[in-house]
Amino acid sequence: MTSSYIPNGERERMSMLGEMGLGSIDEVFSQVPPSLRLDKPLDLPEALPEMALISHIRGLADRDCDMDHCVSFLGAGVYDHFIPAAVDHILSRSEFYTAYTPYQPEISQGTLQAVFEYQTMICELTGMEAANASLYDGATAFAEAALLACRATRRDTVLVSEGLHPHARQVLSTYGRFCGFSLETLPLDTERGTTVLETVPEGAAAVLVSSPNFYGVIEDIAPLADKAHEAKALLVAGADPISLALIKPPGECGADIVVGEGQALGNSPSFGGPLLGFFAAREKYLRQMPGRVIGQTADHDGRTAYVMTLQTREQHIRRERATSNICSNEGLNALAAAVYMTLMGKEGLTQAANLCLQKSHYAQRQLLQISGISAPLSGPFFKEFVVSLPLPPATVNEALLQKGIVGGYALPEDGPVKNGWLTAVTEKRTKAQIDTLVDAVKEVLA
Amino acid sequence: MSTIFEKSHPGAMGVRLAACDVPEAPVDSLIPPALLREALPALPEVTEPEAIRHFTGLSRKNYGVDTGFYPLGSCTMKYNPKVNEDMARLPGFASLHPLQETAQTQGVLALMTELNGMLCAITGMDRFTLQPAAGAHGELTGMMIMKAYHESRGDKARTRVLVPDSAHGTNPASAALCGYEVVTIPSDARGNMDIAKLREQTDGRTAGLMLTNPNTLGLFDENIREVADIVHQAGGLLYYDGANLNAIMGISRPADMGFDIMHLNLHKTFATPHGGGGPGSGPVGVRGDLTAFLPGPLPVKTGGTYGWETPENSIGRVHSYHGNIGVAIRSYAYILSMGAAGLTQASETAVLNANYVMRKLQDVYKLPYDRPCMHECVLSAQGQKERGVSAMDIAKGLLDYGFHPPTVYFPLIVKEAMMIEPTETESKDTLDMFIEAMKELAEKAETDPGWFHGAPRKTPIGRADEVAAARNPILRWKGDTR
Amino acid sequence: MSTRRYSRDHEWVLPEKESLVKVGITAHAAKALGDIVYVELPQEGDSFSAGDALAVVESVKAASDVFTPVSGKVVAVNDSLENAPEQINAEPLQAWIAVIEMSDAGELDALLDEEGYRAFCEQED
Repeated sequence: MTSSYIPNGERERMSMLGEMGLGSIDEVFSQVPPSLRLDKPLDLPEALPEMALISHIRGLADRDCDMDHCVSFLGAGVYDHFIPAAVDHILSRSEFYTAYTPYQPEISQGTLQAVFEYQTMICELTGMEAANASLYDGATAFAEAALLACRATRRDTVLVSEGLHPHARQVLSTYGRFCGFSLETLPLDTERGTTVLETVPEGAAAVLVSSPNFYGVIEDIAPLADKAHEAKALLVAGADPISLALIKPPGECGADIVVGEGQALGNSPSFGGPLLGFFAAREKYLRQMPGRVIGQTADHDGRTAYVMTLQTREQHIRRERATSNICSNEGLNALAAAVYMTLMGKEGLTQAANLCLQKSHYAQRQLLQISGISAPLSGPFFKEFVVSLPLPPATVNEALLQKGIVGGYALPEDGPVKNGWLTAVTEKRTKAQIDTLVDAVKEVLA
Repeated sequence: MSTIFEKSHPGAMGVRLAACDVPEAPVDSLIPPALLREALPALPEVTEPEAIRHFTGLSRKNYGVDTGFYPLGSCTMKYNPKVNEDMARLPGFASLHPLQETAQTQGVLALMTELNGMLCAITGMDRFTLQPAAGAHGELTGMMIMKAYHESRGDKARTRVLVPDSAHGTNPASAALCGYEVVTIPSDARGNMDIAKLREQTDGRTAGLMLTNPNTLGLFDENIREVADIVHQAGGLLYYDGANLNAIMGISRPADMGFDIMHLNLHKTFATPHGGGGPGSGPVGVRGDLTAFLPGPLPVKTGGTYGWETPENSIGRVHSYHGNIGVAIRSYAYILSMGAAGLTQASETAVLNANYVMRKLQDVYKLPYDRPCMHECVLSAQGQKERGVSAMDIAKGLLDYGFHPPTVYFPLIVKEAMMIEPTETESKDTLDMFIEAMKELAEKAETDPGWFHGAPRKTPIGRADEVAAARNPILRWKGDTR
Repeated sequence: MSTRRYSRDHEWVLPEKESLVKVGITAHAAKALGDIVYVELPQEGDSFSAGDALAVVESVKAASDVFTPVSGKVVAVNDSLENAPEQINAEPLQAWIAVIEMSDAGELDALLDEEGYRAFCEQED
């Protein structure tokens, strides 16, 4: 019996073999040496017909306690933001999701124009002149930025703020070890929670900082950019895309490159992937940028047309001298972001950002009223903040789960804050949910 | 079609948000004014129906596998089963946070662990990581593992990676990113790696060899065992680019050929959608002791429960979290729905379909290598070029016949190359229509070569001025919204 | 008779004063590339040996190395190529890429003269 995904059944296959003068399928595999031919079937589970498949996989999904069924205050890089219904409808149009990379522009204007619009929106948010069509995630976007800075300055040391997401620092460390750059850590001020930078040494290619940083604190980018530029190094700023509706874009603060995790823009958490690395830079670094870029031009009849451009930076042309090895990126996730930013618009994104700001501050105020809880970092925050609990956060989280609440991130014990609990409050959290959280915490600590 | 910015009108919103239900404080009392934006970002302002019209309109200018035949060589544009889309969207996966405690994520961990087992069974490798987010990302991860392995042996002399001249650009790019010197080995007249040249170039400086088999010519390397021996005897490792795995599922396994490290492209072989340029997923698998170097953490089952473990010599993270799990879920569903017999059938039919197309067109287009092909075949438009019609012209002509063209100008070693990969999800009727179209185009190249310069005529745009786009890059929309 | 010399990679060298020479690519090379969209220029002060990649000339679909036929230090680059790379297509023998201060003028002798280059091109085709 032939799979329902394979149109040429037994009859068609025999007919084709006949037309080719062959007796059996085996004959087309004649060039595979017998010693390499498998002599028994692959050791895989029995094929499941669709109903059984759905039942089995649903069974697996049902074992997970997801954020649709629990109230989540967990952030730390991936967030439970509101995704308008229309986003998934557009994403589900198979002309978008079953298309390949737009190498033939004549039949890819849908993808190409959508990504051009995405690039424009990222430039608007970040205050930069050029953006690419996406990278894998915020962490690898930082790594690519570090590589660009090293190429552009011909130096090989990168200063990394302790405020970057720990996983981004780990990815930077991996890339640094194997791709030839070294990292120096810039500590955080233990009182403010912001990056401490005295001077940038001469051998530094770039200074990497996030705002808001991993601990939720908003950093002042401009002085850091000045210090980087004094040493002729680049300033790479990581940003939360929702926050950029309220906070001054890094492009206006002297950043040379802006990167970040774009999951918050219309993409579901999906257990951490696929994500969306956004990357934007000043025009002078355009030809050094990694990844695809879509440009505007015209066809021979003068109609506006969009094409992949500056392809000579990329691996399929430059091969070992490419600016990056990236080929497939996160195209559909970039489309989701474009649709999200279109639906939310200038006004909606600002409202969402304000709701995050107001609700997180309300939550913090309420939590601080509980005896034993303190706020160890005094710097301003956007949608996430750290409190210090009198009990290990893991213990508190366990109790909260019983009430259907996924609590904040338990910061590692060897981190800057003892019993630190990183709580995220997005526009989806209602006052009632926040109050329930606060009451539940009060109960656990009593 | 105008951009969404040109369609914007002030005050319009595509979705309504709830009013703030907590006591509000002035923004500049919560964030220092100097850190605040002065002007709002110029994002679009449209209502929902306008947004839907816009993006629906854009989608109708696109061509996907669901639209028609898409024979892009080495891309494996096979059908994307719809049930897989539903499975990835189940809230138990889609709304799950990567940092939730393992007690809350046993379902997805079970899926990842089972998927690991399936990928090992298909390839013969011992363990996979799902962290790499695409094939190229997997190649880079593989190169890092190779480097870590040699470093652990204290061997600093291994500075070179060998690739065939037919290699996909990501291979040398990934090796170079890792600081390796890339040495190119020519192919011989039969399309295999030139064994003598390989022997010459393999020595104590060789960290390893990157190869795809079948290669980008669609040909199975007849000397693969010898290739593996030469590299291993010199102390190097063998890296398998899994892009062409669709030719050999259930037929042969990379581990048996001698490969030590490999990546898979779930968005090729395992039927997950290409998305217009991603997201993909490039799991990396290794054999034996190399498992100690895999990126961590990796899912593991201990007793009856799933958790995480990080290998002792792990190269570290290559992704923010666990990789493109949403993509992995689709491939898991695909493998479960096909089973061993289905996957073998897929490869057999893919190879049959490609050979069928090759046989029917080899009298009309030049055939660079007269051997049976595997899942893809390479033809050359050199004959047509002599009449002034290039492979690019043939490609543009095909657009007017309603087909996506094959890959052109790759692999680099064939002049006017056209790489055709039908995949198994195409019917004989579709193949026959494609063959007919290609024959008509070859005919036109003889009788009316001028026709090609106006092609394509039936697509939303004609040929675009890529020279202007590169000389004067415009990468964002400028100008005021209405 | 012009003092211009040519390499077998289709670069030209035009002696200026003292040990300075201008370097560019020939019409043959420009034609093979098609419309040139970008030139990656060397930096002033960079030193090269004969045969090193001095610059990269890009068309839409390809990037080609320009190899310096002579050893020396770059003392000037043609910045106008940044905004108008098409000059190389229009007037390849005028659109110089860099001025090099030669470290060994004897290297010019190994290059082809006008006649020799013409013959070489005919032979190649």
